[in-house]
Amino acid sequence: MTSAIARLGTWAVMSVREMGRMLLFVLSAFAWLMRPPFRFYQFIKQLHFIGYRSTFVVVLTAGFTGMVLALQGYYTLRKFGSEGLLGSAVALSMIRELGPVLAALMVTARAGSAMTAEIGIMRITEQIDALDTMAINPLQYLIAPKLVAGVLGVPLLVAIFDVVGIYGGSLVGVDLLGVSEGAYWNSVASAVEWKDVYGGILKSISFGLIISWVCCYKGFYTRQSAEGLGSATTEAVVLSSVLILVGDYVLTSVLL
Amino acid sequence: MIKLVGVEKKLGGQPVLQGIDLSIPVGKLTTIIGRSGEGKSVLLKHMIGLMQPDCGEVWVGDVEISRLSGTPLNDVRKQFAMLFQGAALFDSLSVFENVAFPLREKLRMKGPEVGRRVEEKLKEVGLAGMGHKFPAELSGGMRKRAGLARALVMEPEIILFDEPTTGLDPLMAKSIHDLIVSMHRRFGFTAVMVSHEIPEIFAISDWVAMLRKGRIALMATSAEFQRTTDPEIQEFISVGGTAALPGSLARPHYS
Repeated sequence: MTSAIARLGTWAVMSVREMGRMLLFVLSAFAWLMRPPFRFYQFIKQLHFIGYRSTFVVVLTAGFTGMVLALQGYYTLRKFGSEGLLGSAVALSMIRELGPVLAALMVTARAGSAMTAEIGIMRITEQIDALDTMAINPLQYLIAPKLVAGVLGVPLLVAIFDVVGIYGGSLVGVDLLGVSEGAYWNSVASAVEWKDVYGGILKSISFGLIISWVCCYKGFYTRQSAEGLGSATTEAVVLSSVLILVGDYVLTSVLL
Repeated sequence: MIKLVGVEKKLGGQPVLQGIDLSIPVGKLTTIIGRSGEGKSVLLKHMIGLMQPDCGEVWVGDVEISRLSGTPLNDVRKQFAMLFQGAALFDSLSVFENVAFPLREKLRMKGPEVGRRVEEKLKEVGLAGMGHKFPAELSGGMRKRAGLARALVMEPEIILFDEPTTGLDPLMAKSIHDLIVSMHRRFGFTAVMVSHEIPEIFAISDWVAMLRKGRIALMATSAEFQRTTDPEIQEFISVGGTAALPGSLARPHYS
């Protein structure tokens, strides 16, 4: 009995310590971001990796998400004779929820896991130690550009996701299912408000920070083995995904 | 220049360093030997502040570094370079960019001067014309040479070598030792090397220190070390072939 309580206590202490280390990690990285030299080239490189190279998978996901949303939405709305509202249903679902969440999950799977693996391998092969010995702070050189690229890149991808998703919905709704094109786009324009858009932007910025933060942290503190790297990559993707979903609920309840 | 006083360190609850007292002579090549798992690399990392002792002091010149971090520690590290066991080259950069890295990042050097210094160092380590290759395309020995070029390019006062010949065949290991000795004699830096290469290290080292059970069992000049009467140390170094065994080859000589 006491050993079970002791184990629970140890787990609780370690969890709190881990949370504290994660917070100090991101705060230190942002503090180093403010100090010269400013790693503009590194930031552009990371923006290219996280943003540009995730565009294809985001567009693919957005297109099919919009299409299946329109398909499901049409048959539901038709029961009430409200097919004309299909555009607003697709647009609001995309902009408020599906865009930020699904785009963030795709970026986590593609770029987040790669970030963890890259930094983890650098840790295992002592490349991060090499930076330290050259008096170059690894948080400033490696981590801060990734954090900024995540915070800026994910909202841009979410914007692409929203646009492609709404067009995907029109492809199915208008071209395949016969909804009036004017009705579709008029309902999009009338339903979407500025608060929906900035709510989506706020979510995407938060999710971008979560992805970069968690994935960089897990890679930076990888255990020195292949098994450790594998665990770190898996944990990074799982933790990022869970935090995105939890964060989505929290932000939605605050924004509504 | 480097002095450890009463340094203790535990890793994973296990005591590794249990009271290290060690002074590294300036301008000399000091090799640290010991059984596997004794903590030689851990000791080396304390000298450059990559690890902090649980207690004790680490002095670099007149600066005590064991509790330093951030900019003050980076200021001390400017005197150092380190060749890691796997060379620790940056995978995404070519050999040229790896060697140029400290020049661009620390000295903010630009233009043809970078190219001139990098090519000079690559030539010195026998990698002339290899600047365009990436670390994954290099053999183990070539990676070590590239790592050495990167360590030398800033002309540091102190270079730490963490098992520079581990994983290399005997001929390649000898060439790396030759290179380290020639660079040391040419540039006169303080060198601290962790190595398992017995008896080769006695030919290239000025001083040898043995780590045993978390403490420095003996530190002496290379010749005095080999004459020690400590039976454990003699057993350890004789396994490497220092003692004359029937049929053994003559000890290699380094120019």
